[in-house]
Amino acid sequence: MDKNKSNKKPEKEDHQESRRDFLKASSILTAIAVAPATVAKAAEYNLGEKISAAFETTPVNLTINGAKKQLAVEPRSTLLDVLREQLNLTGTKKGCDYGQCGACTVHVNGQRVLSCLSLVVMQEGKEVTTIEGIAKGDELHPMQKAFIKHDGFQCGYCTPGQIMSGIACINEGHAETKEDIKEFMSGNICRCGAYPNIVKAIQEVKNGGQKS
Amino acid sequence: MPLAWYSPQPERQEIMNEAFFDKKEYKPLDRVDGRLKVTGAAKYSAEYPLPNMAFAVLVGSRIAKGTIKSIDSKAAERAPGVLAVISHLNAIKVPGYQPKGEHPSEPSTNGQPLRVFFDNKIVSNDQPIVAVVATSLEKAQFGASLVKIQYTKEQHKTDLEANAGDAKLAASAKKNPKSPTADYERGQKDAFESAPVKFEAEYVLPTEVHNPMELQSIIAHWEADNKLTVYDKVQGTKMTQKNFAKEWNIPEENVKCIATFVGGAFGNGLHNWPHETAAIIAAKQVKRPVKLVLTREQMFTMVGYRPRTWQKIQVGATKEGKLVAINHQSIGQTSSYEEFTESTLMQTRMMYASPSVSTRYRILPLNLATPIWMRGPGEATGAFALESAMDEVAHAIGMDPIDFRLANYTESDPDKNMPWSTKYMRECYEEGKKRIGWENRKLKPGEVRDGEWLVGYGMGTGTFGANRNSATVHAELDKEGNLVMHCAITDIGPGTGTAMVQIASNTTGIPTDKITFHLGNSEFPNAGLQGGSSTVNSVGPAVLAACNALKEQLITMAAAKGNSAFTSAKPDDLMFDKSELQLAGKSAKTTLADLFKQNNIEKIETTNESKPDENRNKYSMNAFSMHFAMVHVHPFTGQVRVKKIVCCADAGTIVSPKTAESQMIGGATGGIGMALTEDAVMDHRFGRYVTKDLGDYHVPVHADVPDIDVYFVNKPDLLADPVGSKGLGEIAIIGVAPAIANAVFNATGKRVRELPITPDKLI
Repeated sequence: MDKNKSNKKPEKEDHQESRRDFLKASSILTAIAVAPATVAKAAEYNLGEKISAAFETTPVNLTINGAKKQLAVEPRSTLLDVLREQLNLTGTKKGCDYGQCGACTVHVNGQRVLSCLSLVVMQEGKEVTTIEGIAKGDELHPMQKAFIKHDGFQCGYCTPGQIMSGIACINEGHAETKEDIKEFMSGNICRCGAYPNIVKAIQEVKNGGQKS
Repeated sequence: MPLAWYSPQPERQEIMNEAFFDKKEYKPLDRVDGRLKVTGAAKYSAEYPLPNMAFAVLVGSRIAKGTIKSIDSKAAERAPGVLAVISHLNAIKVPGYQPKGEHPSEPSTNGQPLRVFFDNKIVSNDQPIVAVVATSLEKAQFGASLVKIQYTKEQHKTDLEANAGDAKLAASAKKNPKSPTADYERGQKDAFESAPVKFEAEYVLPTEVHNPMELQSIIAHWEADNKLTVYDKVQGTKMTQKNFAKEWNIPEENVKCIATFVGGAFGNGLHNWPHETAAIIAAKQVKRPVKLVLTREQMFTMVGYRPRTWQKIQVGATKEGKLVAINHQSIGQTSSYEEFTESTLMQTRMMYASPSVSTRYRILPLNLATPIWMRGPGEATGAFALESAMDEVAHAIGMDPIDFRLANYTESDPDKNMPWSTKYMRECYEEGKKRIGWENRKLKPGEVRDGEWLVGYGMGTGTFGANRNSATVHAELDKEGNLVMHCAITDIGPGTGTAMVQIASNTTGIPTDKITFHLGNSEFPNAGLQGGSSTVNSVGPAVLAACNALKEQLITMAAAKGNSAFTSAKPDDLMFDKSELQLAGKSAKTTLADLFKQNNIEKIETTNESKPDENRNKYSMNAFSMHFAMVHVHPFTGQVRVKKIVCCADAGTIVSPKTAESQMIGGATGGIGMALTEDAVMDHRFGRYVTKDLGDYHVPVHADVPDIDVYFVNKPDLLADPVGSKGLGEIAIIGVAPAIANAVFNATGKRVRELPITPDKLI
């Protein structure tokens, strides 16, 4: 991952424009909100969802898998829920929502991050990479190939998180020994118990000198 | 030369002849769905983007027993985006809520499954009582936080040991004295009392929770008033289809269940649970597709668990190491509304040649949600007591525990009084001993050290029925030689598709990359549950039958077009060799393209069912496993590190070596959790779990799991089924926990009889 690129701030104009749109929308909505009858009417016409959506969202600009995105998100929305529910990037998994299982691991500016513990509004200007973004077209990432070769999974649900963590583990320099890998991968739980095969996959990629 | 398991069923003598098994090497197949899983493209049940989706969040009760006094849902209803707050006060009537005595799961447990939103009764803590449905997940979560519920509390009972006196015989045992849950006697009633060596101990297995990585999820979508589609995390699409058709009083064909990918389940998808019905009710009420994903905490309380089980075992033996008697009793917890039972005591009846055996299985209804079979279910629980006790008796008489077991090896099933279809445990003893380095074990505990660590070796055996159900597969072969199959079976991770593609390729000669196996959809041909280690044994034979039926069609077509060599050919004689169809031992060949062209067709197809046969009445059919563990125990801190595990399995034919090995490694990993870390601790003042997430409930992580060495006997059992497979999923875990407990004893001289073996129990 190109770290210089990831630190680049998004275009200022874009940012202000969306902010302006938001203010415009919200001032109209404030007017509506103080008139309950109008709101009730709006709800009758099924406008309720649109109104409340515009009301409560904040614009965020970020890059996901190399593509710039302008999102309108609720301040309370996690990166995980927005990836899965808003952007249909369901490769990133929800396994606990408490940062205890690692299934939701993504890269933010090249570092592994638990997306269930990250609010989207805090990702302004950042570069997010998910499991959907690591292959080059049809050519799988070496870690993906190694997982298939060593059968580093069964049900496949923890797999995207294991792969994202595995890539980061090597980049962090935490894959020098097998014991190191096991220690620094222990935040990624696999209930099917594919651990030894996952370690083999990471070792192979490490020894092949592969980086993300 | 086809592999042995293509042939019609031979006689038992032939099977026992090792030369019969042609160990033709084939390249282990990578998982056929591997690419989808490593790219994030595999879609699990909560991952289907339907238009206009609404989100439901469940609110659970805060008491374990009583009634709901009131529900204040005004604030939730007013919250932005909330579409409905559903409870027993306003839920639509579910037309087919099962009458008493019927249960949706197969095989059935007795009782009345929980009917969500049915009345104001609370039967367990965190019972789902309200669903908040909103336009987004966040809005539903916030809405759920605003619901205020008042209760009338009643005294609850959740403590197994404190209430053990109320344990009772299961209704299934009363109905059928031959049931695995019924009382059992063989030999002399008081044989134990007069045995020269008498051993008696109690063992406790705590409540364990399946905790697959994927949270239980469902998307319920009413496509019309009487037409329901569910994307559901289940282990049986047909079971789910049948159950919801009944529940909503609509024709079965109007219910579709899709479970293409299941993110682990380990048994908790063998039952349809209240949250599924809650989502279906919600979808009907808000007239939108509804997605409902349980929280991790709800995974402990709403979708079953392995019940806490107390066991007492008495073993009588001679001083020379011959078993005289085994008496084994157990009490497992169940809910107050369903009688959950499992085969905890079955291994005790048939693993060893003890002339006298008695078992007493009891259940204790408590104010808890219903348990459900968890990997290696009761057998794994029972094996912890039996295999620990065998180790304890061997120690008491100063015998090597393997020699003790071999002295009581049985060549036929002493419970059913039938010959085994196949049993190759002697090979497992030999190979396992070698691989773990058993010669380094000392009979006396605490004698071996590695630096400051105490070193111990232990082993345990396991067995599970080689179950087989009927299954049907549809297969289609096109002129390019692509073979596409369909079956309703689910795959929770073991690699069903991979195994089926391998079987089809071995049967036909068609390369694996030209074969596709579609599963996980109730619209496909019938198959039972993915449970009880029955999938390869059941669906494999149907794949075999379908492939042979296609070959018969091709032979008939070739013969009809004047190719006389094909006239008397049998399916076994015909194999694909690239695009050519070849007859074994003859030069006769034709191409698929020519054959289809001559007959003016684009494809051929077939649907074939395969069923268990009468051999099941003549032989006892079981898969067997044997697990060996080498552990390090720190003498001052009591920390246990499992350094090596060897798993040996007599599971019949190993169809897909790579995925089969992974399954064994996974079972051993689960066994490490059973032995050392997993414990759902309940605060009985509230009847609620203290350990309610993966931070408190410890499943094994990378650092806990050593190298796991897997050995397969790999000899087919053609009496069990035409593939020769006996099943693997359960035996992978049965016997692991006692192997580790026995190794800890060998290292320290300390016997822990209540799992998990945490450091406090060793220092």
